[in-house]
Amino acid sequence: MQYLLMLYADESGWTRMTPEEQTRGMEAYRAYTEALQSSGAYVGGNRLRPSGTATRVRANNDKTQVLDGPFSDSKEQLGGYYLIEAPDLDSALSWAARCPGAHHGTVEVRALWT
Amino acid sequence: MHSQAHEKPAHLLIETVARRSYGKLLAFVATRTHDLAAAEDALSDAFTAALIDWPRTGCPANPEGWLLTVARRKSIDYHRRRDANAESLDERIEQALSAAVPESDIPDRRLALMFACAHPAIDESICAPLLLQIILGLDAATIASAFLVSPAAMSKRLVRAKEKIRTCRIRFSLPEREELPERLYAVLDAIYAAFAEGWADPAGTDPARRPLTGEAIFLARVVTELMPQEPEPLGLLALMLYAEARRSARRASTGEYVPLPQQNTALWDLTMIAEAEVVLQHASGLGRIGRYQLEAAIQSAHVDRIRNRRPNWDQIIQLYDALFELTQSPVVALNRALAISELHGPEAGLREMPDVSSDARLAGYQAFWAARADLLARVGYHGKARHAYDLAIGLERDASVRLFLQQRQAALHS
Repeated sequence: MQYLLMLYADESGWTRMTPEEQTRGMEAYRAYTEALQSSGAYVGGNRLRPSGTATRVRANNDKTQVLDGPFSDSKEQLGGYYLIEAPDLDSALSWAARCPGAHHGTVEVRALWT
Repeated sequence: MHSQAHEKPAHLLIETVARRSYGKLLAFVATRTHDLAAAEDALSDAFTAALIDWPRTGCPANPEGWLLTVARRKSIDYHRRRDANAESLDERIEQALSAAVPESDIPDRRLALMFACAHPAIDESICAPLLLQIILGLDAATIASAFLVSPAAMSKRLVRAKEKIRTCRIRFSLPEREELPERLYAVLDAIYAAFAEGWADPAGTDPARRPLTGEAIFLARVVTELMPQEPEPLGLLALMLYAEARRSARRASTGEYVPLPQQNTALWDLTMIAEAEVVLQHASGLGRIGRYQLEAAIQSAHVDRIRNRRPNWDQIIQLYDALFELTQSPVVALNRALAISELHGPEAGLREMPDVSSDARLAGYQAFWAARADLLARVGYHGKARHAYDLAIGLERDASVRLFLQQRQAALHS
């Protein structure tokens, strides 16, 4: 079964970090990706550009609207994702708990439809 | 006003009673009906009634007896309602529930209840959560966080397990002598699993997990009190006390992870260690060795540092040998290899390391990669060490342990 781990965090946290902390943060993600890959759980994943760069598109009543900014203005923004293969929700949750993103934000775990 | 004077002590007393007697009351109400869910509801109604009544009218002289009386009445109501069509409620149940109990002397049937929870017919992975809920009254959401399971799923699994106990009429009784050892290990393993989940949060920052170590120690105490002649519950209790005694030494004041060899022994809780020593000695006096006693003895040899400035590695290796004989566990083999590296150097340790291809579980076991990385680094295989550190870091749940490993990795020559 495939699960999408959506990494939400307060984006401003990153800019407040020292360069050393940022390097360590990147390294932690690299190691996490490496662990996912060597266990065979890794399907895909990436980091997203800041939510300020987001654009929303909506087509209502034959009228297409294009709006600036992310879908919801919450304190934590979607900043990246991992797509993983896991036998069940429990093991997906244990990968989520190991994700560095769980420590500076929230990881939402969703099963793929098929 | 009258009510305000009573309010605070009443709430405090209700909390204390819940902590001390939840499992005892539940075991008593559920023993005849086998219906844990209904007994939980009845007991929860009784606690709710206490929260309303006691602040108003004052606390009863025998709070447990009061709660039991209300819970039994609720339970009878419930069974009446459910069996409204049946001719009458099973008379034995009614009799049992309404029979007068000497209020100061509620029979303690928690042990029988624990054995029911750890029955082979119940899925092994739900035993520890079930014990925490049934004996200690923890709610499903708290248990779910501790075991990294979704609250909805945890709730469902708990309900299913209780349903199974009821429909299969799993007996609330002590196992026969011949099956006792195996059944007892199921109970002890469940308690230790609860402890391990609490232990995974060494900083104690996660309020959902921190109390679990204390709760597990409490459960082990209950078992030792109810089965004083069994050495392994004592072994488990000692093991957990040794570990818990080191809690505050596992983190520097600034929050960094401190590995065991670097821990400041002045931060170890000597009272707890002294209790562990007494408990372990008492266990070995009973003359039947087992794996929890061996694990506790290993902890005791580590504690030798307080007396001799270094752990007793010879003894630790011997104990791991004995433990490996008994369990054949790759985790034991790993710890044995680490002990050997302390005495004979990192090359010897690496040679004794279990092979990752021998057991698939090792590949996802964080401690394996962390230990391997450390030994490889000490031997000078920095490339391999870096890769092992990557896996150890990627598999780690605890941010401060991760930081510690990252610093170690960064110190390698490229």
